[in-house]
Amino acid sequence: MSLLDTKPEHIEGWNRPPVIEPDGEGELLEVAMGPHHPSTHGVFRMDVALDGERVVRLKPVFGYLHRNHEKIAEGTTYLASMPYTDRLDYFCSLSNNWAYALAVEKLVGQEVPERAQYIRVILAELTRIQNHASTIGFLLQEMGASGTPLMYAFREREKILDLFESLTGSRMMCNYMRFGGCRVDVSGPWLAATRKVVAGLPAFVDEFEALLSSNEILMARCQGVGVLKPALAVNASISGPMLRASGVNYDIRKVDHYGIYDRFKFRVPLGDHGDIYDRYMVRVLEMRESIGILNQALKEIPGGPIMDPKAKLRGFRPKAGEAYGRIEAPKGELGFYLISDGSPNPYRYRVRPPSLINLTVLEDMCLGQNVADVVLIFGSVDIVLGEVDR
Amino acid sequence: MAVDNELKIELGKQGVFVTTIEELYNWGRRSSVWPMQFGLACCAIEMIATTMARYDLARFGAEVFRPSPRQADLMIISGTVTKKMAPQVVRLYNQMAEPRYVIAMGACAISGGPFKQGYNVLKGIDRYIPVDVHIPGCPPRPEALIQAFMTLQKKIDEQPLTGADRPRHLDAEAQGEFPVPEPGEHDLEPTSNPGVWTVPVVIR
Repeated sequence: MSLLDTKPEHIEGWNRPPVIEPDGEGELLEVAMGPHHPSTHGVFRMDVALDGERVVRLKPVFGYLHRNHEKIAEGTTYLASMPYTDRLDYFCSLSNNWAYALAVEKLVGQEVPERAQYIRVILAELTRIQNHASTIGFLLQEMGASGTPLMYAFREREKILDLFESLTGSRMMCNYMRFGGCRVDVSGPWLAATRKVVAGLPAFVDEFEALLSSNEILMARCQGVGVLKPALAVNASISGPMLRASGVNYDIRKVDHYGIYDRFKFRVPLGDHGDIYDRYMVRVLEMRESIGILNQALKEIPGGPIMDPKAKLRGFRPKAGEAYGRIEAPKGELGFYLISDGSPNPYRYRVRPPSLINLTVLEDMCLGQNVADVVLIFGSVDIVLGEVDR
Repeated sequence: MAVDNELKIELGKQGVFVTTIEELYNWGRRSSVWPMQFGLACCAIEMIATTMARYDLARFGAEVFRPSPRQADLMIISGTVTKKMAPQVVRLYNQMAEPRYVIAMGACAISGGPFKQGYNVLKGIDRYIPVDVHIPGCPPRPEALIQAFMTLQKKIDEQPLTGADRPRHLDAEAQGEFPVPEPGEHDLEPTSNPGVWTVPVVIR
């Protein structure tokens, strides 16, 4: 039976409430975790009902960082929204740029030159590595390893941010991709510097894994905690490393054939149990696969233009129509849905944020767990509030 | 009364250390400013990067990020303050013990930044709480945060213990609690705290 054919009523855990009944002794304790909470990666609230240490109910409260991204984008030109996409998921600004550029390119039927495609792949994979490294660092920070794993992750992240900065002019908010190409060309020295950084990355992942993967505390606190069943993951349209940790083989780089990912050889790491440890492990393995993609792309990158000569830069008015462009962002499927009415600004601009949709199963994963594990389960989802609330 | 600098150096050569209570007191205060572990948006990542090995905020005595406002001296408003979040920010500021300082980090915390036209974005946190240092940038580089930190340390260093410019914790008359805004019909009520922020007069 295919997972996609299952009807909701046959899926374990789908008809949720009646969830977990308190055992009737004593009263429930309601705790508001957030919006100022050291673990919440920003401003997010979880209203948790506790029976002793056990979580009986969990209600997520969003909206503390709602910055009107979509509304602002509908009021400006297509290109003027590009810097705003940087601030969606502020760890991975280049992935966001690519998803938005892809949607607009689909809308107008724009081609992208070969060299620009390679640059996009290189930047997106560098972004993925620094995001996964930071995520694991934050996860360990929440487990109580105060600072040290995060420092290892940020040491490597700074090297990658240096590359971003020398190419785009900004450490975090890169604003680099354009419809039909990229903003500036990469230079020979930049490629040499990137090769050097990429050559050092496997040693970093090895070191990271030697410190963490067989760590007793990490295994005790992560294995079998926060299990997400594949059926529920598919039905709740979870995507990204979280879905793959549950054992569902779905990677948009393989499924959607966007960009030039068909040319590279890489495997899609899959988990088996769907617990926090699998999510951690899938991220580590994805970093290794990304290093493989980077090595291939840096070897094969051709010369040529970085901008399609037919690309229209001024007076950009797509014909009336609609398009949906999606990529495999580090956090999951990031999509932009655009409706054009022929005017210089989009009629409707909608972001499909992986962070928000991956959060929808938070209660299912947390029920019956200890309250201390809620923080870990939440950290393993890997969200960024800029993208959740937009 | 400050000690004459040349005399101080001369005495130092003779093995005599001369200082004033004011200098000693301010030296102690500025050398152990504990920030609150409080991230709002994008700038929080740069704030974390500042505390990491490369930029090493610990050099300035500020590596201890406290999760509780009761233990913190400095609030770094790192990111966009929305109208839903502004009341909690003011409440957290009220819960901090004197002496307390505020750094508004980034364009959003100063003025709303790129999201200023949004209906849900507060146009600067200095409408509700007094801000000591503003840093521009979107997001500011870690060096900018360190610069802001040094500016704050200089400010603490120069505060006299008596007189009109004395720090707020030595001033019994100083305002301790700031009114927490409530969501009103169209905007937060009040739209700014009187005494903290004056509405600029537009000259046409």
